Amino acid sequence: MEGLNSIWLFLQEQVLGMQWLRALIARGLTALGLDVAGLWGGMLLFFLYDMIKIFLLLSILIFGISYIQSYFPPERTRKILGRFHGLGANTLAALLGTVTPFCSCSSIPIFMGFTSAGLPIGVTFSFLISSPMVDLGSLVLLMSVFGAKVALLYVFLGLLIAVLGGTILEKLGMEKYVEDFIKAAPPIQAQGPELRRLDRLEYAKAQLLATIRKVAPYILLGVCIGAIIHNVIPESWVQGLLGQEKAFSVILATAVGIPMYADIFGTIPVAEGLLYKGAGLGTVLSFMMAVTALSLPSLIMLKKAVKPRLLIAFVGVCAAGIILVGYFFNGFQGVLL
Amino acid sequence: MEILVIGAGCPSCDQVYTDTLAAAEELGLDAHIRKVEDLVEMVQMGIMTVPALVVDGRVLAAGPGLNKAKIKKLLRP
Repeated sequence: MEGLNSIWLFLQEQVLGMQWLRALIARGLTALGLDVAGLWGGMLLFFLYDMIKIFLLLSILIFGISYIQSYFPPERTRKILGRFHGLGANTLAALLGTVTPFCSCSSIPIFMGFTSAGLPIGVTFSFLISSPMVDLGSLVLLMSVFGAKVALLYVFLGLLIAVLGGTILEKLGMEKYVEDFIKAAPPIQAQGPELRRLDRLEYAKAQLLATIRKVAPYILLGVCIGAIIHNVIPESWVQGLLGQEKAFSVILATAVGIPMYADIFGTIPVAEGLLYKGAGLGTVLSFMMAVTALSLPSLIMLKKAVKPRLLIAFVGVCAAGIILVGYFFNGFQGVLL
Repeated sequence: MEILVIGAGCPSCDQVYTDTLAAAEELGLDAHIRKVEDLVEMVQMGIMTVPALVVDGRVLAAGPGLNKAKIKKLLRP
């Protein structure tokens, strides 16, 4: 048991957490005459370590994940989902949301494609909620930063929000608030192109390059903000505003996060800095969920396809779920970290 | 032949459109090339992944990763 434990610890700290990289950078900075415990040295250490770690993990992850994703284009997902009903369909939609490739400019075509194919509105929303918020890449990156327990719970609760959120929207009778032109569209079964292994590898490479290009500015910005929080902002400020026992911190973090548009990979360093400075774990996680699940650009797009009532219900259900998750994590922080 | 580039709202869609124009010209194709940005038209064609390249009603490629060289290969008669 002990041997297993130390293997796990090694995986957690050295392979996923890359503590060796941190030590290496610290040694290099010290050799250059910088004090890594000081303000500038500490900031530089956080910046370099997080930057390299995130890009390295990201590159490996996106390549692997894109290869898996090439088996699940939205057309296929739609066909699979059509065979299921009830809560099972919602659950499967949330799970497929984690492996279906999806960028914000595809969300509306996917929404319309699913709806016009006759998928229930709840199933479509389960997919739409889970897809940006939970993916395989974020699971591994979260493990690297927050540990396995938190990462697995984040994914589980994210999926739960997606399943319940979709189900609630369905039960509220939101079907009638979808714009008419979508309901009127004929359900055409478009077939995607056939792929061979070489195509899939090429697809994975293209996805990797496109994703890195897309998320790099967010990561850069995220790591900079993270480094500043980590080294400059006084602990008492963060604790006073966002500490675990502050009742409103979760609601505040969610409200700030909703309009923001950033990739989950860019928000992780910010979350890391905040957590280090004494923000509640739940507060930090609800901020991340709010930033990724809901954003102004995606809501503006969704508005083209649904009526205001459904849009408001969608935001409301997601926000409520995210806030509940935040309080859950704050309540159990002692057990989890 | 009729070539449709489908997608709106992301920079890669615009890129694929310009690449397609260039590819068709380099191949000397007698093609009618159009960019589809209308959501209704998109749904009617059953397109869910953008940018997509549709030639004479057949979806030849969809999703990111299209460049001029690849488009040329797809369009070559």
